[in-house]
Amino acid sequence: MVDMNVNLAAADKIVDPAFAAPVKLGVSDLTIRYGGTAALSGVNLEVREHEIFGIIGPANAGKTSFLKTLNRMDTFNTNMSVEGEILFNGLNVQNLKNIYALRSRIGVVFPLPVGLPLTIYENVALSPRLRGIKRKSELDVIVERCLSRAALWDEVKDRLNSLGSLLSGGQQQRLTIARALSQEPDLLMLDEFSIAVDPVTTMRIEDVLKELKHDMTIILVTNLVQQARRLADRTAFFLEGECVEVGITEDLFTGEVKDQRTRDYVEGKFG
Amino acid sequence: MSVINPLNRSMTTDFDSRNMDWYIDKFVQFIVFVAGISAIIFIIGIFIFITMEGFGFLLEDFSFREFFFSPFWEPSDEDAPEYGILALVAGTASVTGLAMIVAIPFSLGAAIFIGEFASGKMREYLKVLVELLAAIPSVVWGFIGLSIMNPLIIDLFDVPVGLNVLNAGIILGLMAAPIMTSIAEDALKAVPDRYREAAEALGATRWQVIFKTVLPAAKNGLLGAVLLGVGRGFGETMAVLMATGHAVNIPGSLFDPVRALTATIAAELGETAVGSPHYQALFTIGIFLFIITFIINLTADLIVRGIRKG
Repeated sequence: MVDMNVNLAAADKIVDPAFAAPVKLGVSDLTIRYGGTAALSGVNLEVREHEIFGIIGPANAGKTSFLKTLNRMDTFNTNMSVEGEILFNGLNVQNLKNIYALRSRIGVVFPLPVGLPLTIYENVALSPRLRGIKRKSELDVIVERCLSRAALWDEVKDRLNSLGSLLSGGQQQRLTIARALSQEPDLLMLDEFSIAVDPVTTMRIEDVLKELKHDMTIILVTNLVQQARRLADRTAFFLEGECVEVGITEDLFTGEVKDQRTRDYVEGKFG
Repeated sequence: MSVINPLNRSMTTDFDSRNMDWYIDKFVQFIVFVAGISAIIFIIGIFIFITMEGFGFLLEDFSFREFFFSPFWEPSDEDAPEYGILALVAGTASVTGLAMIVAIPFSLGAAIFIGEFASGKMREYLKVLVELLAAIPSVVWGFIGLSIMNPLIIDLFDVPVGLNVLNAGIILGLMAAPIMTSIAEDALKAVPDRYREAAEALGATRWQVIFKTVLPAAKNGLLGAVLLGVGRGFGETMAVLMATGHAVNIPGSLFDPVRALTATIAAELGETAVGSPHYQALFTIGIFLFIITFIINLTADLIVRGIRKG
């Protein structure tokens, strides 16, 4: 029995090098409330550099609220209160002096694509411009690189000056990914990105994410457990405001789970 | 039988007779229809009325060149009355132009503050106050122009008279600002929050979000707000009558008194003989004003509609 545990621990390291990587994001005792009611409570987890960290769970589990606190998007909602500690690169995001700088380091992809009312080019060039890059030649390079990485360049290279909102849903979602990449983020957060995207595009984006992992840390919130299985190195299971389990993704499906509810959920027995 | 028809009513005759409810329904429909198209009836009626009153002048004494290009408005000259509205147009345009210079920064700033920064109670109070401000009668503004601005301008700029373009422009600007604020704020509110969130998620500061995302997205509505302000400026009568100095004059500086098209009608109509050329000339000014404000409002409306669709 003891031997087996040691073996498991050793296996972890082999299966998942991310375990050895430094901590990108440390969350301890995180509780989020809307008014009086807690949307998420007592969350403890760590996200490591260059891993894809999945978060699965049914609706109302607190997944989106969790993401919002990481880049301080909670400031939009005066009703929302956050307790606990979130360390990003070792700094507590709750009392940063400049949350705009924090946000500029974290890319966000929303469930429904949000093409800003700008041209395709301007959508991607906005963030670099905000950083102070003005030269057209430099911006051109960034725009092409980000659109290529988001697997959109070939489809839009001839109409960069048309409105982003004229693209199809799947293209718009890739545009928002390109826009997030233009931030050159340390951390990319995707919130159920495939909700409005067709399966083919979803697979293309998933391939993109596997590539991006080498350059950044990715948090992938998804309600498709198989998507988490395909992509995530480790996965957390959220249920009704509670972080039920955090573990190596494959373990949630086939290995040992600490909580039976996790296995039930990934096997589709509820939720 | 009683099981099938428990209320014991006739199975077919109801369909073939009209009861009281039917007549009430038709009557209410008619009333609402009349109320609904009354705006169209009134606007056509007013247009026909002012056109008929001004028609004689248009046929006989009217000279296109004199009317639009002569700076002399001397209708009471016994020998050779002149009906040139160039100076009046210049008066109205200069006052409206200055009013917009005053009102645009004010109203845009107020709309941005109310729509983007103020929250909760503060926002509600401000909106109510702005609407209250818009409801102040124009004669009160004119009074402020006469009794407060006039001595203030004389003191500050050391000029003999304080009733001039500057005075009326500021007064008119302050008058137009509340309604422009209201419409501009509506335009900002029509910009979906997801744009703001997406832009802030990129790390944009509040100002960057507003300048790079919200204002471009709302630009049609904001333009509509400005045009409605211009329309208001053109049509305003009482305040400009009291604050401009009411002297026929093409202004060379901010401190020159002028006279507005509307004020001319208001001041002179009561003193002319009905049907005289002077009377008809005033109505011709009315036609001109009607067409201008109609075009401005229509343009503003089309622009505002444009954003709602796009």
